[in-house]
Amino acid sequence: MTMSTGKKVVFYVLLILSATILFAPTIMAIVMSFMTNQDILTGSFPKTLTLDNYVNAFERFPLFQYLFNSFVVSIMIMLGQLILCSLAAYAFVFLEFKGRDLLFYVFIATMMVPFEASIIPNFHIIRDLGWIDSYQGLTVPFFAMAFGTFLLRQNFKMIPKELREASQIAGMGDFRFYLTVVLPVAKTSLVTLGVYGFLTSWNMYLWPLLATTNDSVRTVQIGLKQLQTQEQLNEWGVIMAGAVIVIIPTLILLFLGQKRLQRGLAEGALK
Amino acid sequence: MGQVELMNISKSYDKQKNVLNEINLSIEEGEFFVLVGPSGSGKSTLLRMIAGLEDITAGTLKISDQVVNHLPPKDRNLSMVFQNYALYPHLTVEQNILFGLRAKKVQKEEQQLRLTETAAMLGLSSLLKRKPKELSGGQRQRVALARSIVSHSPLCLMDEPLSNLDAKLRANMRVEIRRLQKKLGLTMVYVTHDQVEAMTMGDRIMVLNDGKIQQVGKPITLYNEPANVFVASFIGSPKMNMGKANFSSDMKQLVIEHEPHIDIDPATVSKRLKEASITIGIRAEHIFPGTPDNTTHHVEVVNVEHLGNETTIAFEIASDLWTAKWPGQWAINVGDNVPVSITGEYLCFFDTESGDLIRPAMAGKSQEVIAI
Repeated sequence: MTMSTGKKVVFYVLLILSATILFAPTIMAIVMSFMTNQDILTGSFPKTLTLDNYVNAFERFPLFQYLFNSFVVSIMIMLGQLILCSLAAYAFVFLEFKGRDLLFYVFIATMMVPFEASIIPNFHIIRDLGWIDSYQGLTVPFFAMAFGTFLLRQNFKMIPKELREASQIAGMGDFRFYLTVVLPVAKTSLVTLGVYGFLTSWNMYLWPLLATTNDSVRTVQIGLKQLQTQEQLNEWGVIMAGAVIVIIPTLILLFLGQKRLQRGLAEGALK
Repeated sequence: MGQVELMNISKSYDKQKNVLNEINLSIEEGEFFVLVGPSGSGKSTLLRMIAGLEDITAGTLKISDQVVNHLPPKDRNLSMVFQNYALYPHLTVEQNILFGLRAKKVQKEEQQLRLTETAAMLGLSSLLKRKPKELSGGQRQRVALARSIVSHSPLCLMDEPLSNLDAKLRANMRVEIRRLQKKLGLTMVYVTHDQVEAMTMGDRIMVLNDGKIQQVGKPITLYNEPANVFVASFIGSPKMNMGKANFSSDMKQLVIEHEPHIDIDPATVSKRLKEASITIGIRAEHIFPGTPDNTTHHVEVVNVEHLGNETTIAFEIASDLWTAKWPGQWAINVGDNVPVSITGEYLCFFDTESGDLIRPAMAGKSQEVIAI
């Protein structure tokens, strides 16, 4: 598409403007994490750039422990979701049983119930199981995900039924077909869902707050909140340093995932 | 081995209307058997029932004298080629071909042996490392064939395998599949909606319409003696010309609707013919160009197709459009009044109500004898 120069200029100005507005808080956070507390509170431009905030963040709080916990929790949720959702989606697509579609619609209907509504029963269950302050208490309630099942079902539906039939004639059972054909063919969606699941659980706040009572399994988002409220005068520099550390894994994953996604999309689709 | 027997096979999806009705059929060992019919006739369903991919509602299915009604597909010892080839997009050609053998846990050396043999047979040896999306339609088709051959199953089912190919490639593959089947002695059940494929490939053909068998027989029998109006119009290209007809009062002529009269020898008219209301049919190649001696009718041409080796002309008879196919090239234009010869001995007679054949064309048969 060709555009006149005037039009181009207008477009780029608008794009730059909106990008700046969108990105401003992030830039501010990154800049503030390198500033001294004095500069931040006076609202002036940074006179000196320092790494003290980062050192402080790691020294004062068990940030490594939090990050580790967050990783464990996010990866467990991601894997759990991938396994359960893909198995459920497989059943909804390739197995024929009575009331399959009805069951699926009921399944989908649960998407309309916000997590906050089920948080109390969930809390009761993990408390009765004695799972408070444990990784399983933080992760298991999120394994079954209607959205993921829906996403994968739509993707599995694009796999021609003949592939299943050909494997039936070859004498391949459901589980082996799932492992050797469905999963590799639907790789792209699995990556998408994986990234989505990881990021959502990485950013989770309310549930970890409820399900943990001490630092042993607490995730990094709660840790950040603690940075903020521990002192009367907030040390914004330290808080921002913590926030920047927290977004780094997210960004890495996003970049890696994006690359993989593009490759996955490019090599899919066979007529 | 490899013999398929269907006894009173029926299929219905909603327990009310039958998709297939009381199919009785026996397919011999080493036979190339073609199921042909228009879309929705139930031919694919029948094939899938043989494969075990669809339940059998009623009746008995035997493969190699063993009742297999409730046997899963893998225990029926057959292979199948699908219309869209059903190749696994993430596997290479080699892995695709060996897919079934791996599932059946055939030994590694045996796998390699069969792979090289089959690949050589189908000219795939240089393509083994490619993915399906890097292959042309014909090559994908060959991979699908290879996958079915490599299983060494005596019975091979094919569901419209050539319908995604262009005309030229299709003609090649027809010959190739036929040769392969003869060479390996496979029992083949082949589904198609294309009557040309059916005629050229089948040892025997079954014509299916609306879930009922219309006729089973050799291709040439179906062509010369179609059991009913449906088979007559389905087999053969262009389709057989048909028209409702009555005998004139002196029994010497046949009147097609009102207009054209065809002379007919009263001695050949049987009692049954006189009593039934009849529909006559005549093949396009049996309407000859009229010479001064044999011209029976003059017709106004409404369409001409010049194919080089032959010329087809269309004209109106009563309310129908009939076609005549003449060998060679004829300088005829639309609107010309052309002399033609339509004679009684080439007519097939059908009962209008039931559609069944009363008497096939007499002349068509005698030609067959001469040909032998």
